[in-house]
Amino acid sequence: MSKQLPPGLAVESVDERIMTLNVGPQHPGSGHMRLIIKIDGDYIVSCDPDPGYVHRGEEKMAEYRNYITNIPHLERPVIHDSCNVLYPYCLGVEDLLGIEVPERAKYVRVIASELNRCVYTLYWLAIYGIFLGHSTMFMWPAGDRELLIDLLEKMTGARVTHAYFVPGGTRNDLPANFEDVCLRQVNYFEKRIREYGPIFYDNPILIARTQDAGILSREDAIRLGTTGSVLRASGVDFDIRKKEPYDAYEELDFQTNVLKEGDSYARSKVPWLDMLESCRIIRDALAKMPKSGSVRVKLKPNPKGGDESVYRRVESGRGSLGCHIVSNNKPEPYRLKLSVGSFRNLICMPHLLKGEKLGNMPAVYWSLNYWPVEADR
Amino acid sequence: MSIIAPKFRLGYFLKYVLDNVFWIIVLLTLVGLPLVQIMLFYIDLPIVNGELVNPFLALTWLADPSRTLPLIKALMFTDIFRIAAFPGFGFAALLAAGTIFVERKMLAKLQLRVGPFYCGKVEGILQLMADGLKLISKEIIIPAKSDKPIFIAAPLLFVGAAAAFVALIPVAPGGWVVADVDIGLIAVFAVIGFFPIITILSAWSANSKFPFIGGIRALHQMVSFEIPLILSLLGVVILTGTLNLTEIIESQSSFPWIIFLPVGAIVFFICALAELERIPFDLPEAESEIVAGWLTEFSGMMYGLVQLGSYLKLYAFAALFVVIFLGGWHGPMIWPPFPEEIITEGITAGPITAKIPGLPVFSQEMLNGVLWFVIKTVSVIFFILLPRGVFPRIRIDMLLKIGWYKLIGLAFVNIFIALTLLYAGVFGPGGIL
Repeated sequence: MSKQLPPGLAVESVDERIMTLNVGPQHPGSGHMRLIIKIDGDYIVSCDPDPGYVHRGEEKMAEYRNYITNIPHLERPVIHDSCNVLYPYCLGVEDLLGIEVPERAKYVRVIASELNRCVYTLYWLAIYGIFLGHSTMFMWPAGDRELLIDLLEKMTGARVTHAYFVPGGTRNDLPANFEDVCLRQVNYFEKRIREYGPIFYDNPILIARTQDAGILSREDAIRLGTTGSVLRASGVDFDIRKKEPYDAYEELDFQTNVLKEGDSYARSKVPWLDMLESCRIIRDALAKMPKSGSVRVKLKPNPKGGDESVYRRVESGRGSLGCHIVSNNKPEPYRLKLSVGSFRNLICMPHLLKGEKLGNMPAVYWSLNYWPVEADR
Repeated sequence: MSIIAPKFRLGYFLKYVLDNVFWIIVLLTLVGLPLVQIMLFYIDLPIVNGELVNPFLALTWLADPSRTLPLIKALMFTDIFRIAAFPGFGFAALLAAGTIFVERKMLAKLQLRVGPFYCGKVEGILQLMADGLKLISKEIIIPAKSDKPIFIAAPLLFVGAAAAFVALIPVAPGGWVVADVDIGLIAVFAVIGFFPIITILSAWSANSKFPFIGGIRALHQMVSFEIPLILSLLGVVILTGTLNLTEIIESQSSFPWIIFLPVGAIVFFICALAELERIPFDLPEAESEIVAGWLTEFSGMMYGLVQLGSYLKLYAFAALFVVIFLGGWHGPMIWPPFPEEIITEGITAGPITAKIPGLPVFSQEMLNGVLWFVIKTVSVIFFILLPRGVFPRIRIDMLLKIGWYKLIGLAFVNIFIALTLLYAGVFGPGGIL
């Protein structure tokens, strides 16, 4: 055979007991990547995730653009969570340039970031619902996203790709009367997502399916380097917003949600609890925010960083999201590296799926809070 | 919504009607009349009852119902009509089409959407027709390495088996059933037994991995749920002492069996959900795991045929539930009686009064029976559709555990209830009821 097979695949003989399934990239349950799954009957023998189908070279692209023109393309990895993706970059550039952000901008950023976290989590939850065959849980979050997207549209002018955070604050101030609208929408939104409890999280079939599926112990979660909701579902109280508070999170009153079970059910429940907590943060931030003032520090045109490197991280919808910027006295970064939660969580997937049933594959896979585009960058 | 949907305007409507009338007149005179002339000139027309049967006679028949009615009546008591139209395929397909529409709209309301909306102007009522046209116009792709004869035959067999199931269901009193066999219930079980075979045949012949896994799942599911399905109906057979479905309905003239055998009804309902591959038991078509299960390789109208078959099957299972447990066509008389003066005095339309022999076409009992049958079947179908909006899919091991441990046990409980009722002297010869 002169033709080389892709890595991970081999020609099977007829009498072989192990069957190789090529799940994706053209598969309703794979996302933008391929899973090479070997099954013995209904049990998964091994799982080999093969990401990289949506690699766009964001980090390399950042080396050819200056600190301001990097903004719109850096949010592309997760457009549903675009504020949070830009957040560590903006914090890092502010450190490099030595800018202090105005007090009001800090709160505006927190509000935008929490709204965007909810938007992302709802999208994730909708897909989790349809992965488990629960079509109502697909439609409800997808519909309720509109509430928050409308709010973000009022704030930023764009519905999905906001490009709202800039080094030095936010692009524009809040519109008039935004506080009242935001409070009303968020209160209604909280009432809505509480209804997901009876139909989805208390559903006996869902509990029977996801409990004890893909258990990640506390030690394994730390050893494999998982982050975000996956880590918190395994009983580790780790949230960047608490551990390394940035912007206004120090002054806000909130708590992190930690579950001890470490199974798919806990992993699917933590983001939902986080959304309820986000509503609390938004209300608190709206109350404590200075009512007037500037939201943006004017930068010099084409600002240059010093000869140093910074690393800042924030808590995104998928866990800690870090940005490492190396500067060498030029308007462009010498090197920019994103450390994303999706890829960290993907690492534990082969570990979790080994020995599971094939029917548990979607339940475990999507509970890892994985976003293929972000992992590939 | 009204901003997006085109507005109704009387002027446009009238123009549309007049355009159509214009083209009908033009085509009739330019094409239809010459055709009729050619026929009259060159074809020897037959003579029936001393009258030359020519095409214009059709217009006479339209104007004279006393001649049309016997023809229609004679047609209605032929086997062709029964198989194709009323208690058989056409009636079932109509109800199945209604089911698809209701399913979409109900699910949409449950999920805070509007559902099909534009096709057909009124609440997307023609969406099904559009989908059917789309499926017909699509290319049928047959995998290169599949076992082609079996692969092509599988959807036809599926629809055939579903239609055979429909043919066994009695719909109305007075022999309105396609096949009234003495061992009707056993015939039903035999037909149900075909479905796993067809499924595994189609799955295996596609020669692809996802259909194969889906077919194996379907086989496991159907075989393990067939046993409690059959056992759950045995209670009724013990109490009635017959396997004929019409006689089972006749035995429920005063009360339906669901009152005495609720456990059997519940077991039958759950088994029907599993046999129909409805959520929460739609593992053979689990999208996120195995694409579309055993339907993955079907395309175009082959997929459409499988869908048609599965909705016919849905109707047939709901109808079987009605026949066995809900008393079939029995119900209070709510259909109005046929007006007597039409029979005695005839129909008066303006100056003309015509007496029509052979009225009424259907008896009042039959129409009332069909009405009750449809009402009951539709409500059972509603409960079969409802879990789709509420439950996620379950896993194959949980499914088999439910089938083998719980439902078979409950089915035996049901049989013991039936035996207790029989030996306690409540039913049977010399019983209280």
